[in-house]
Amino acid sequence: MPNSNPQGTPTSQLQARLALTGITKAYPSVVANSDVSLTVLPGQTHAVLGENGAGKSTLMKIIYGSVKPDAGRVAFNGQPVHIRNPKEARALGISMVFQHFNLFDTITVAENVWLGLDKSMSLTQVTQSITAKAAEYGLDIDPARPVHTLSVGEMQRVEIIRALLTNPQLLILDEPTSVLTPQAVEKLFVVLKKLASEGCSILYISHKLHEIRELCNACTVLRGGKVTGVCNPKDESNASLSRLMIGAEPPQLEHRAQAAGKSVMTVSDLRLEREDQFGVDLEGIDLEVCAGEVVGIAGVSGNGQKELLYALSGEDCRAPKGSIRMEGVDVSAMHPGGRRKLGLHFVPEERLGRGAVPTLSLAHNMLLTRTGSISHPRFAGGWIRVRELEAHAARIIKTFNVKAGGPGSAARSLSGGNLQKFIVGREIDASPKLFIVSQPTWGVDVGASAQIRGAILALRDAGCAVLVVSEELDELFEVSDRLHVIARGKLSPSVPVAAASVEKIGAWMSGLWDTETKPLEAGHAQA
Amino acid sequence: MLKLEARPQPSRRWSYGSPLLALLCTVVIGVVLFAALGKDPVRGLQIFFWEPLRSGYALGELVVKATPLLLIALGLAVCYRSNVWNIGAEGQYLMGAIAASGIALMADKDSSGWIVVPLLMAGVLGGMFWAGLAAFLKDKFNTNEILVSLMLVYVAVQVLGYMVYGPWKDPNGYNFPQTKTFDLVTRIPRLFEGSRLSIGVLFALLGVAGLWVFLFRTRAGFAQQVGGLAPAAARYAGFSSRRALWTAFLISGGLAGLAGALEVAGPIGQLTPYVPAGYGFAAIIVAYVGRLHPVGMLFSALLMSMFYIGGELAQSRLGLPKSLTGVFQGLLLFSLLACDTLVNYRLQWKSVAPEIARGGQ
Repeated sequence: MPNSNPQGTPTSQLQARLALTGITKAYPSVVANSDVSLTVLPGQTHAVLGENGAGKSTLMKIIYGSVKPDAGRVAFNGQPVHIRNPKEARALGISMVFQHFNLFDTITVAENVWLGLDKSMSLTQVTQSITAKAAEYGLDIDPARPVHTLSVGEMQRVEIIRALLTNPQLLILDEPTSVLTPQAVEKLFVVLKKLASEGCSILYISHKLHEIRELCNACTVLRGGKVTGVCNPKDESNASLSRLMIGAEPPQLEHRAQAAGKSVMTVSDLRLEREDQFGVDLEGIDLEVCAGEVVGIAGVSGNGQKELLYALSGEDCRAPKGSIRMEGVDVSAMHPGGRRKLGLHFVPEERLGRGAVPTLSLAHNMLLTRTGSISHPRFAGGWIRVRELEAHAARIIKTFNVKAGGPGSAARSLSGGNLQKFIVGREIDASPKLFIVSQPTWGVDVGASAQIRGAILALRDAGCAVLVVSEELDELFEVSDRLHVIARGKLSPSVPVAAASVEKIGAWMSGLWDTETKPLEAGHAQA
Repeated sequence: MLKLEARPQPSRRWSYGSPLLALLCTVVIGVVLFAALGKDPVRGLQIFFWEPLRSGYALGELVVKATPLLLIALGLAVCYRSNVWNIGAEGQYLMGAIAASGIALMADKDSSGWIVVPLLMAGVLGGMFWAGLAAFLKDKFNTNEILVSLMLVYVAVQVLGYMVYGPWKDPNGYNFPQTKTFDLVTRIPRLFEGSRLSIGVLFALLGVAGLWVFLFRTRAGFAQQVGGLAPAAARYAGFSSRRALWTAFLISGGLAGLAGALEVAGPIGQLTPYVPAGYGFAAIIVAYVGRLHPVGMLFSALLMSMFYIGGELAQSRLGLPKSLTGVFQGLLLFSLLACDTLVNYRLQWKSVAPEIARGGQ
């Protein structure tokens, strides 16, 4: 049993597992939590819902002892506690599974788990207890495998087992499904429900409403660092939850039917060996993007998306001759600047450090991909007309509703959503022929996401060819005309969105399209 | 309780204020140092910070020493802004001096004053060649440019030794390891009669203006720096990292070589084993104290030159070792590194939150 409190006795009904009262934490530029109170009962699966920047992560770090609150009280099992560091949190029975895994790639699962434990157990004992835990909860994992051979879902299982080995009374999960296929999410939920039935309390952080409604029986909603609602998600609708979360319902997008135009980019049999040891080989990718359509690529991250995008953008120009063509021109060995001249504009997944230079101003960040404010290109690459550059940046800030101090603000001073709006704006403003965007709304709040998706659709309606690579299926279904799935470096055939279902795409995400291609094509012919 | 708190944005004011505060710290520690050595601190400070500015002649000397420092630092700033860690400017400076000496030794009675042009060109090429070696090894074999450029300094010192002990030794020099004094015709033209200021000063000032334009007004200069600030962004934009590497090394090598040529054909007037004076290393401090900004480096070069002269004066007038120069240079650099904390953090008084204190058992 993971907890010491026997379930169902009157005390466990009355006494909260965790009670936060009046938690406040201010950072120099922002108040992350303001007078937040939260009560988690034993055996309860409690959702913490909020947009990015609502203060969820800070609150969890306070519970886990890695951040000290400025004010407020924490009580665990009725006892006031002062958790100074994660070690004390674990000693109390609090475990956390982070969104980003803390695993060493080069050593085995058992060694990774062993490193995180106190040194009282030998490696063999740890291996045995991993196997035992894995069997108990149906978490299929081989302790002897090196971590770099694991899929992302398997790595998460390792993290969960590591958390369970301490027999926690409270398990915190930070956005656990963002890296999983729909099928893997189902499996995870089975494990979590079993844990909860044994009396372990779960704090489940997410912004995915349907998951919360399926899994959780209590919910605390945060907005701008304040609690805006406490409810039972099973009694609420998506609309009422999102009202609590963002104060309004997200705007609906209009997806007009439109016939695709001529082919803009053709990728044929693209094969590319991985650049680094832990990368993915691309194996025979076939892809076509036409004017006036949005093609989506679904898939769990780490299945070759990064490598494919490097090859398409020109950041990696090792692609075999003739494998990537833009309007008939072979661009496979062309560097990013050359492809940009042909009308390919790309928004990468990493905004700070790749899409923008963190320390430079927004105006100077224009220069990464835009040459509109440059004259005399023969003289040292061109003369920068600073005033024009700033005016151009200011226009983009205004058009795309970017919240920033002005063209002179450093890129890193912007929030993720606003920087993404700026980068997307910078590339769309160039009137691209082919627009490629990776994880367009990753870490972006709901309002900005809707705006970015709207901009993608507007671009498509204007006749641009658009390729969207995303892990969010909802998003892909919303904006795409056709969908591909990438798994282990291979790309599935495309399927029109109208003929695709979440289950089908989910199955394809495990690489299982070869067996199903025929019936599906038939189904799509009917549709 | 005094606490450092991260700033949301680096402070612009402190990025300029920090070098000034660092200078103040250096002066304060200097006072303590003089007192500990049993010398009058006021007299010590006077020698370091007033004597070098006292007369026209003294100011001229200050500029003479600042010129090579500034030239080398300008080139290093290009390197450091683009994440290329060239710390072997001393070697490039020496190779420039050696190459220029080769031209100077060819001069005879019939040579025209224009020989100075190929002489300076040779200096630039010598420095570029030496820096190019480090760039080539990095480009081809991905060697560490810090190690390679530093090690090449010692190779350059050996080359210098070989030349002055061997083929280029002055036959009438009583076996001293040095070349003959160069013909007067090879001497770098001076700006004024009676002053040791040469046209080198003009090169340095031109370099300041040129670097400012390159860094802040040209796309090539922008591309150069993006590689240093965010390599992934440079790759995304399509700026070549190889080009940035070669540009950085060739500019800094060329400028260091030019400084070497100006030195041997100017104030020194012959090639001796005493040409390496540590300018190449001191210029690293100049570059950082000047915030890698062309105008900032103009001031920091003058400051460092002041320390050189101050150290010599302290030796002759106070009987202190000449290594005091190095001590002051080091003090300034370390004070700057410490003061730079204030660019990204602010100091704050913080009382322990009372409620938390009660929260603990």
